Amino acid sequence: MVRRPSPRAYAGQWLLLLAAAAVAWYIVSNAGDNLARRNMSFGFGFLWDVSNFDIPFRLVPWSEADTYGRALLVSFLNTIAVAACGIVAATLLGLFIGIMRLSANWLVRNIALSFVEFIRNTPQLIQIVFWYFAVLQTLPSPRQSIVLPAGMLLNIRGAYLPNAVMTPHGGLLSGLALLALAATPFLWRVRVGARRVGANALFLPVLALALFAAGVDHIDWPTLKGFNIRGGTQVPPEFVALWLGLSIYAAAFIAEIVRGSIEAISKGQSEAAQALGLKTGQRLFLIILPQALRIMVPQLTSQYLNIIKSSTLGAVVAYPEVMQIFAGTVMNQAGKEIETIIIVMAIFLAINLLTSAFMNWYNRRVALVER
Amino acid sequence: MPPRQPALIEGEMLEPAPGMQPPLAVETPSGARPLVPPRPARGGGAGIVGWLRLNLFGSVGNTALTLLVLGFLALILPPFIRWAVTDATIGGTARSACTGDGACWTFIRMRLPTFFYGHYPFSEWWRVDLAAVLLGVFSAPVMRDRTRHRGLWLVLLLTLFPLLAGILLAGGLPGLPPVDTNLWGGLMLDIIIAFVTVAGSLPLGILLALGRRSQLPIVRLLAVGFIELWRGVPLLTVLFMSAVLVPLFLPNGVSVDRLIRALIALVLFNAAYMAETVRGGLQGVAAGQEEAAYSVGLRWWQVQLFVVLPQALRYVVPGLVNNIVDLFKDTTLVTIVGLFDLLGAVSQALKDPAWLGFAKEGYVFSMLVFFVCCFAMSSYGRRFEKRLRRHHSG
Amino acid sequence: MRSRNMLAVCGLAAAAFLAQIGASSAQTEVKSPTLDAVKKRGQLICGIDTGIPGYAYQDSSGKWQGLDVALCRAIAAAVLGDPEKVKYIGTTSKVRFSVLQSGEIDVLIRDSELTLTRAGQLGLEEVTPNFYTGQTIMVRKSLGVQHVKDLNGATICLLTGTTLETNIADYNRANNIKIGTLLFDKPEEAFAAAESGRCDGYTDDGGSVAAARSTMKKPDDWIFLPETLSRQPLGPHTRQGDDRWTNIVRWSHFAMLEAEELGITKANVDEVRKASTDPQVKKFLGLEGDLGKGIGLDNDFAYKIVKAVGNYGEVYEATFGSKGLGLPRGLNNLYNKGGLMYPYSWY
Repeated sequence: MVRRPSPRAYAGQWLLLLAAAAVAWYIVSNAGDNLARRNMSFGFGFLWDVSNFDIPFRLVPWSEADTYGRALLVSFLNTIAVAACGIVAATLLGLFIGIMRLSANWLVRNIALSFVEFIRNTPQLIQIVFWYFAVLQTLPSPRQSIVLPAGMLLNIRGAYLPNAVMTPHGGLLSGLALLALAATPFLWRVRVGARRVGANALFLPVLALALFAAGVDHIDWPTLKGFNIRGGTQVPPEFVALWLGLSIYAAAFIAEIVRGSIEAISKGQSEAAQALGLKTGQRLFLIILPQALRIMVPQLTSQYLNIIKSSTLGAVVAYPEVMQIFAGTVMNQAGKEIETIIIVMAIFLAINLLTSAFMNWYNRRVALVER
Repeated sequence: MPPRQPALIEGEMLEPAPGMQPPLAVETPSGARPLVPPRPARGGGAGIVGWLRLNLFGSVGNTALTLLVLGFLALILPPFIRWAVTDATIGGTARSACTGDGACWTFIRMRLPTFFYGHYPFSEWWRVDLAAVLLGVFSAPVMRDRTRHRGLWLVLLLTLFPLLAGILLAGGLPGLPPVDTNLWGGLMLDIIIAFVTVAGSLPLGILLALGRRSQLPIVRLLAVGFIELWRGVPLLTVLFMSAVLVPLFLPNGVSVDRLIRALIALVLFNAAYMAETVRGGLQGVAAGQEEAAYSVGLRWWQVQLFVVLPQALRYVVPGLVNNIVDLFKDTTLVTIVGLFDLLGAVSQALKDPAWLGFAKEGYVFSMLVFFVCCFAMSSYGRRFEKRLRRHHSG
Repeated sequence: MRSRNMLAVCGLAAAAFLAQIGASSAQTEVKSPTLDAVKKRGQLICGIDTGIPGYAYQDSSGKWQGLDVALCRAIAAAVLGDPEKVKYIGTTSKVRFSVLQSGEIDVLIRDSELTLTRAGQLGLEEVTPNFYTGQTIMVRKSLGVQHVKDLNGATICLLTGTTLETNIADYNRANNIKIGTLLFDKPEEAFAAAESGRCDGYTDDGGSVAAARSTMKKPDDWIFLPETLSRQPLGPHTRQGDDRWTNIVRWSHFAMLEAEELGITKANVDEVRKASTDPQVKKFLGLEGDLGKGIGLDNDFAYKIVKAVGNYGEVYEATFGSKGLGLPRGLNNLYNKGGLMYPYSWY
């Protein structure tokens, strides 16, 4: 399309590379120099040292005698947990608000618009600290817990959910239950003779519920004992604040993506569906959304990546994610500044590049199916 | 559109050109709304009754929805208004003035100077005010629709203005006593940081965007590597790097002010995002333009500077405005590395023993301040985009 | 005590004087990069806390006050002759040592514990303690807890990037109990969480806990548990390899202690200087001998320090003592009054 660059330009680019290498060398040599001057060493061996601190929220077992390496795993899982919950909530809320934005109802449309505008134009960090310090920290003390339906308790220490304690075979049974749930949408589409299984497939979730219930030994209700609520599963307010902050912020952006993608589907599609006698809901979920999804996916992915990256803001509300634990506690205890920040950056970079690679593959696949 | 460059890194396809994303239109023509069967306005299409029927009570479902939403609002709004307005206090000078159940805006009012000026000395506030006026004077011609020599004004805004404002704020000249940067704070610091970041990252972003589209493999590789590196990591880690690692990367004994270190980090980080926005615009410039320019004998940099960029940058103004709004919101993160921006000032004020327990007021206030600034910028971006599309189609 | 051993003192002083001559010839070679930089700049850059009552805080006029700030002012007075020539850099617990290592600050005086790790792995010089304390836990009275051991199952708010979390982990393991922790980046966030009841208590060194209590809505609702989890000698840090600068910081602190022992205060220092015949006092105030020159300062540096900030006892009274947070002197009293403050000898 354009003419080729001159040979001189080709030669010139090596100069650029040389300059970049020189800058890199300068930085590395300075760092080496500075470390030596301070009697500090560079290396990742500290990952095998005993950490000796507590991680207040974790998904896998952790004790103070574990290593820094394990602290990395524990805090990484915390990051993933809050990001995953954030992605699910942001998608659902964003879809809901996005559809509200297209409502024929003036009130609904404008409430959604105000929500989107307000959230998109205020900093996410302030939203997170607002949820934590201004909302969740004004909840009552454990002794005056708010009792929610289904035995849930809510107080300043977090939300307490009843916990199902499994019998020895409970794990297997709940695994089967999950399998049954996952199989439901597939069975729905299966044809027996000329007929689809359709709604008959709903017996699977019922079966799953029964399987799960059979595996439950007893329910562990949260109750007040001593300083704190005992029993049940505690969801700490740090998690909730970060989760709210991540998902509500992203939902505002997702709502706009949803709206834009739906509007991009030609009007004819909707009219044709109407002509076939499909109802509004059917038109939306069977005709419009599946097509809009194709436009949405790349944009949604970058929002999801934003959620993962923003989870580092958890450090301000004491949520023990990878940034707080690693670039905070570990960095100070082990004195490994360069190494800890390299590790944290590398983790996020890897997540980003892997997701990009996957999306590229996915986009190509979708594009092929289209032709 | 010219054919795409072969993708170097898989991430390239990921994001659509930000300038191209659908605008947040306040009003869409009703025909563009596929979920609503188009319906002619029945029963006296004019007047308030007609409007109500059309928009709120069109059908049974619609009416139910309206009532549901009204019920929801009735539940949410009155307590909020009671808290924020009717039961709130704004007079007085001490905590004791706040006797009602509502918000204590007295706290905000008493702390307002710190929220806007940080610890900047009281006797020197006029310098901040003057700098703000200068910012208005320089940016107005850039923002206005019909300005002659708009490009020139833009260059002035990005070069002469920072020079003047920098001298004014930092001082050091006779008559202007120096004011150390660790006295800078509040909203003023947010605006300074945002401005410097834009002024630094926009040129760098343009260079990176050109580099990413370059035919020279090494240039392209370096640009892609740079862009994907910064876009792949959270801003907080970058700021942290500026606070903790940059001193290690400099020769022994050389130290750089931490505000400047944070600024460098923000410039590098945002340049990567700006580069992607600008690249979207570069792709939108018809290939013929470039070919024609080469055919009259212009060199590469002349083609880019005089033919491609002026067109591309016009397309991407809305996208760049989005970038600027994002980075303005992100300036609040500097509070985590110990700078004293608006959020930092609010958090510190909340710790004052004389004013404990007003977190809600403090955070709501700072959200409102940011909302006003960001909403104004977003609206400008949308207006520009509308005009751009009118030009394009008309 | 001293006057009785006058002869020995004089002998030692003479010896010190002779040693001084030897030292001063060597000094032309031993340079202090930090001291040179401070003099050239005409300003001391002092790393302090971001704001905590007692150690370093801004009063209503925006002026920095506190025990650590007083030492910064003392050093500035000794080196530059003016206690106002200090630039204060607030540092969070996370970045404080990096900031010192990078040379952004000349000295770190930020209620920081002196530990083996910091001397070893971080490459820092630990000058001398300027505040002795221990890790203390503060809880709400209404909790009804009397001892740390009773806290099993409770959650304590504290700051990240400190030695505190390790101490709690050690305590848990030693006593086989489980005290939970919640880590915050900034004191104001941790205070807010403790105040709101998110945590059962707050822990830090004794001085900081007293500071935290003073910022609570109802300070009387909170009590200190009697046990301390660890001893905490807090003091200034400098960079390794600049021994002369470290000496200056150390002796600026000792000057404040010596002044207290000699009964010299900010108010009476001029009078004493004019009237005193005590050779010890004369040497201290730089009227006799060449003691200051030996460490690269003026001979009357101690006079300048006392004139600028007063003696240690005065500073303590104004910050942690009866005019401040109301914390008893305890370990921070002079050695002859039952405390641990024991300056090196002034000759």
